[in-house]
Amino acid sequence: MMPYFKFDYFGFDFSLVVAFIIGIGFGFALERGGFGNARILAAQFYFYNMRVLKVMFTSIVTAMLGLFYFTWIGWLDISLVYIGDTYIVPQIIGGLLLGMGFVIGGYCPGTSVVSAATGRTDGMVFIAGIIFGIIVFGEMFPLLEGFYNSTNLGRVTLVDFFGLSQGMLVFLIVLMALGAFAAAEWGERFFAKKNGRGVE
Amino acid sequence: MNSKKENSRGEKEFEPKPYSNPYLVGFGLGLILLAAFLVMGRGLGASGAVSTVVAVGVEKIAPEHAAKNNFYSEYLGDGTSNPLKDWLLFEVIGVLVGGFISGALAHRIKRTTEKGPNVSVKTRLIYAFVGGAMMGFASKLARGCTSGLALTGGAVLSLGGWAFMLSVFGGGYAVAYFVRRQWL
Repeated sequence: MMPYFKFDYFGFDFSLVVAFIIGIGFGFALERGGFGNARILAAQFYFYNMRVLKVMFTSIVTAMLGLFYFTWIGWLDISLVYIGDTYIVPQIIGGLLLGMGFVIGGYCPGTSVVSAATGRTDGMVFIAGIIFGIIVFGEMFPLLEGFYNSTNLGRVTLVDFFGLSQGMLVFLIVLMALGAFAAAEWGERFFAKKNGRGVE
Repeated sequence: MNSKKENSRGEKEFEPKPYSNPYLVGFGLGLILLAAFLVMGRGLGASGAVSTVVAVGVEKIAPEHAAKNNFYSEYLGDGTSNPLKDWLLFEVIGVLVGGFISGALAHRIKRTTEKGPNVSVKTRLIYAFVGGAMMGFASKLARGCTSGLALTGGAVLSLGGWAFMLSVFGGGYAVAYFVRRQWL
């Protein structure tokens, strides 16, 4: 049965080897996608290159469908897959702030690692910024703790929230992703013409 | 196909290859994320690894201060195991290696600063630091970043993950106009 780690197919020390291998794949994919380059990432927010949306939604849909089918054929116990609790207000505020940091800084934590690995000074400085931001958060934590732990809705998924069946929700997300891809392709051509620049 | 050109010193050098098809990359990334779920029962992440390093650093400098703080102590554990033996930290070291391998194969390793044509390197690096600091703070407030919460939470249909993802796009588009000189 999967997930293998939860059924003790291997121990903690080997899980760190797995982490390293999965990380290599993750970093490789991010670099292939152009995500080691802040200009490609930032372009998402000016509509002339929508790679962030395309890669993100394709990977979410791929993993989501995989989880759905592996559960359906009975190879995966989905209840053992970690789903973090929802803290709705801190996560919305954090998301807005993180999105602003994305456009200002040009990366997110994972992509800045790839950027630094491929020699970009801005990626390295960005990582220094992340460290600083986490220290600030850590030092302010006694003040923030109440807000940080507020509005805990528990282990809630979209299935629970919308009251739809799992299959219907998965189907709707696939449809939404296809719609987003069509809009992204159209938007890129439209804004490329308007801004007088090609899609990189 | 194998695009070599001569630089100013007359040496042959490889031109960087174009980035891959985004849908293909997304499919590959989705399979890696799926593998993490199937093998480990958890998804990907990034900011948590930095938190571990920060917590260990603070503990080295000021052990009592770190022990009193619930945020640091969560990453330091109960002292029975080394906090640096952390799944996300090993994963992020892998990201560093994987990014380098991909970049090297495509001749995209370059000491440079990515920025728009209308902004100085110094300004760009100040923005990078400020944006990074905002992101470090925000990823802790939200309990995850683009990888750990939006991507991973998105695939497991977490309500918080989706709310977070939409907020990230919302926050980004809201300020994009004001920092356009940096990129356009």
